[in-house]
Amino acid sequence: MIENLVLSELEKRKAIEIDAAPDGIPLIYQDLNESIHEAIREGYDRIVLNNVCGQRFIAASLQGDLELIINGLPGNDLGIFMDGPKIIVNGNCEDHAGNTMNDGAIMVDGDGGDVIGLSARGGKIYVKADVGYRVGIHIKEYENKYPVLIFGGIARDFLGEYMAGGLIIALGLKFLPDGSIIENEQSICGGELGTGIHRGKIILRTEEDLEPKLGVGAKLFEIAPNTRKEIEPFLREFCEIFNIPYEMIGKKPFKVIKPISKRPFGGNYCGQIV
Amino acid sequence: MSISHTIPTYFRVNIDRDYCKKCKRCVTHCSYGALSFNGERIVADDSLCVACQRCVAMCPGKAIRVVQNESYLPPHGNYTRRIRNIIWAQSGNGGVLLSATGNDRPIRVIFDDLLLDACQVTNPAIDPLRETIETKIFFGRKPQKLEFTIDEKDPTEISLKTKLMPHFEIDMPIMVGHMSLGSISYNACMAIYQASKELNILAGSGEGGLHPDFYEYGDNIITEVASGRFGVDINYLNKTAGIEIKLGQGAKPGHGGHLPGEKVNNMISQTRMIPKGSDALSPYPHHDIYSIEDLAQLIAALKEATRYRVPIGVKIAAVHNSAPIAVGIVRGGADFLTIDGFRGGTGAAPRIIRDHAGIPIELAIASVDQRLRQEGLRDQVTLVAGGSIRYSADLIKAIALGADVGMVGMPVLIALGCRVCQQCFRGLCSWGIATQQEYLVKRLDIDVARNRIINLFHSWNEELKEVLGAMGIDSVESLRSNRDRLRYIGPNPKIAEILGVKHAGE
Repeated sequence: MIENLVLSELEKRKAIEIDAAPDGIPLIYQDLNESIHEAIREGYDRIVLNNVCGQRFIAASLQGDLELIINGLPGNDLGIFMDGPKIIVNGNCEDHAGNTMNDGAIMVDGDGGDVIGLSARGGKIYVKADVGYRVGIHIKEYENKYPVLIFGGIARDFLGEYMAGGLIIALGLKFLPDGSIIENEQSICGGELGTGIHRGKIILRTEEDLEPKLGVGAKLFEIAPNTRKEIEPFLREFCEIFNIPYEMIGKKPFKVIKPISKRPFGGNYCGQIV
Repeated sequence: MSISHTIPTYFRVNIDRDYCKKCKRCVTHCSYGALSFNGERIVADDSLCVACQRCVAMCPGKAIRVVQNESYLPPHGNYTRRIRNIIWAQSGNGGVLLSATGNDRPIRVIFDDLLLDACQVTNPAIDPLRETIETKIFFGRKPQKLEFTIDEKDPTEISLKTKLMPHFEIDMPIMVGHMSLGSISYNACMAIYQASKELNILAGSGEGGLHPDFYEYGDNIITEVASGRFGVDINYLNKTAGIEIKLGQGAKPGHGGHLPGEKVNNMISQTRMIPKGSDALSPYPHHDIYSIEDLAQLIAALKEATRYRVPIGVKIAAVHNSAPIAVGIVRGGADFLTIDGFRGGTGAAPRIIRDHAGIPIELAIASVDQRLRQEGLRDQVTLVAGGSIRYSADLIKAIALGADVGMVGMPVLIALGCRVCQQCFRGLCSWGIATQQEYLVKRLDIDVARNRIINLFHSWNEELKEVLGAMGIDSVESLRSNRDRLRYIGPNPKIAEILGVKHAGE
């Protein structure tokens, strides 16, 4: 449970618990979200949602210094358009978490679905274990906004497709039911890695040859010492949150995927008057 | 000499030396570099001329005339000059040819084959100058029925029980089509938004975000959520009259967007919320929408995000299966539906797609309207149709075929000075419309531009009233889907059948 981490802040916050499935019957998402908004209007800034059972759009477009603890399985589009709050999921999450997120944090103590962090402009999305397909697609950076997506496990095909900024890291670890952590034997990512990337970087902790998996416009590099230094605080934070021994991270090398150009498809077109 | 240099030019710049004062104003104004001063006289490079007519308009001596270049190409009815030029350009450059504005192929316009009805004896005509003819419409989702509760103690106290979905009123059935800041200039956007507010009509923001200066016009702006999600944040979603999920564009169905990095200056960077100098790539599909169910999810997400305050719609390009797609969209929860025909405009699109993909808007309106009525959904949604509505006659016919609102783009730009040279994608627009270069943008005076748009749509609205009066109809809502007031005079009876319109004389 990641919940322990924020207990120190508990005194500062006004907390409320909401049952997402009273009498065992899950609320429809409109009602659940309305009760979250009502709690915010009443001044609560630490909202614990219990028995969440696939309700969609939780924390959609919420702003400000809020904390949501989700116990259960949040549905698609968790934190869509969100701008500031911190969401902690004690469990897995489904597809599109952090869709077009502007700022804030989503910490998932489990696996994530497909298309996590679609078009996110800022904030952090940390998923303890594996994620699905098309994760981090078209994430972008802007001024002081810099989205950071870290996954403890592996990702599938199309990781970081169309990426326009920010940072994606996958660690390739495996979390066993007994709590022990081992190296994941599976490949760290699928094919079409970073297809169409034109800004930002993908950093994968692996020894495997990623060259055959690279998509159009992506290029493979060894990690530079300053890049390693740059990601260090994020990695330490990630390890601390999910109780991963930081020494484990150093046991495998990192590889970096960066764009070949800021304008990968600039040369495909011509403007001749005809 | 490269073969591309042998492409015969379309235009010829004639300078009358008797009238030329050598003031070099034309040189300053030619943003395409076709005119220069060689120390003695103004010289023209015809191969760079796009016939934008800026020099002609600016020459104080009226010394310049841009004329069609007398072609020396041997005539051929099949290998037209255009096709030969395309082949030469591609064999020289080896790339996908870009184009702008709408489809310029001379394909028969169905609107032109439709005639309007007018009253004679029975159901007499209405005089629009002396009687009220209503042109306002309600935009958004409408309830299928209204339920009321009657107070038990006081039966005269009646209150509405049905929960109304978000909708609002506009004064004319007109929406300025989506043109983003990026595709057009700040001044052009500002003029459009100011005019829209003044007229109480709608304007589309395009997919490039909303500059904070435009927030005050938000009540008349429909913002767009496209696959690139540029500039989409909570401000963007909240300061708007409605939100449209852009799935397609008439000029480039099935194609994404590509704003080249060199156009992403400080302002565009701030508005789109992307780094300066980076390409703004809109992926071809939305990567969270691979099905109608996914689309319904994004519609629901936007409704949640805006707390059910504004209508959420979907824009699609008019393609072969528009009707079933439209049904899916409406069942998916869209409050309005926008269809963009194959002649719809663009700031940049591959020529092959602009010229060859999609179907005419007339057929799409008719088939979508028909199918929605069959499914019992038509009255719930607002149907916006565009691409291309060129003047009030097209608007009136589009409404009679089944649209609620006509979406208009090119006519607005033409009103601002556009000469339809089709070079928008080069960002060099000499009229200050489709450019981001400051020295060009300031050529467009916002106040003048705004007034021209107001005048244009005021006259369209008056013409709409004239036609409604002649038909004996006192509200534009009664013209919508009223196909009995149209007759077909074109050559193809199949078109009349699809339109649900009788042939003239029937």
